[in-house]
Amino acid sequence: MKVRWLLWVPLVSFVLLFAVVASGLWKPADRTVRSALVGTKLPGFALPPMVAGKPATTGTGPARLVNVFASWCVPCAAEAPQLMRLKAMGVPIDAVAIRDTAPAVQQFLARYGDPYARIGDDRNSAVQLSLGSSGVPETFVVAADGTILEQHVGDVRADDVDRLAALVRGAR
Amino acid sequence: MKQRFALMLPLLIAATPAAPLAYTQLPDAAQEARARALMETLRCLVCQGQSIADSDADMAGDMRALVRVRVAKGEAPGAIRDWLIARYGAYVTYDPPMSAATWPLWLAPIALLVAGVVVARGSFRRRPR
Repeated sequence: MKVRWLLWVPLVSFVLLFAVVASGLWKPADRTVRSALVGTKLPGFALPPMVAGKPATTGTGPARLVNVFASWCVPCAAEAPQLMRLKAMGVPIDAVAIRDTAPAVQQFLARYGDPYARIGDDRNSAVQLSLGSSGVPETFVVAADGTILEQHVGDVRADDVDRLAALVRGAR
Repeated sequence: MKQRFALMLPLLIAATPAAPLAYTQLPDAAQEARARALMETLRCLVCQGQSIADSDADMAGDMRALVRVRVAKGEAPGAIRDWLIARYGAYVTYDPPMSAATWPLWLAPIALLVAGVVVARGSFRRRPR
């Protein structure tokens, strides 16, 4: 009866499996898909301008925020006041408008304010996909040399504003 | 509060049509078959349990359009998959490459098969007739 300890193998494996499943219950996995481009250079792109009188977002520029948004996205309306605060602090914000139309964007900007220096029309999400962005709103912190410093997934909240402004200032 | 939602309603209805190749097959059947095979192995990033071939999400449509445009240009499906992995990580594909995190997935079946053969040989030898 040398192999008596083998009797315990099923119970021990069950306890281990139970621990794995229980840990998933207590601490659910983060299912946010993050861009693999953070830390690398922003890819170059050329978009048509979204609204009259405002240039289109390009892949180059000063240290800035690149905000992926849409007029049909409710959290984008929710984050608008925070973006206006960032603009007032002197942070340049470029925008990529996803699956949108000029009248809808104009209406959105008239209602919630216009924090954007440039807006690009990304009708088929081509630039969004090239950035590794998986939804709206998302905000990329881009340094003057084009390095993506951070990807903020979801709406910018009041307590994110100071940190994002400091990141952009530090990247000039 | 109700009034605010009523004001937002027109904003909630996206008026833009889907990308041209989101719901339209490529004219070349061989290219469409290649694009389709790739789409079935790419994860929809919004509805994460579905492939972009199965999903009706707007973003999945845009990803199908991207795959079809690139296949039509003659790009290899493997190169398109690598392009997406470079942006979204290996999570975007249902056919994950072997890496530090995935090697047990690839090697476990072989290890279990070997263990099974060893156990089977042992039990056949124990009772010789």
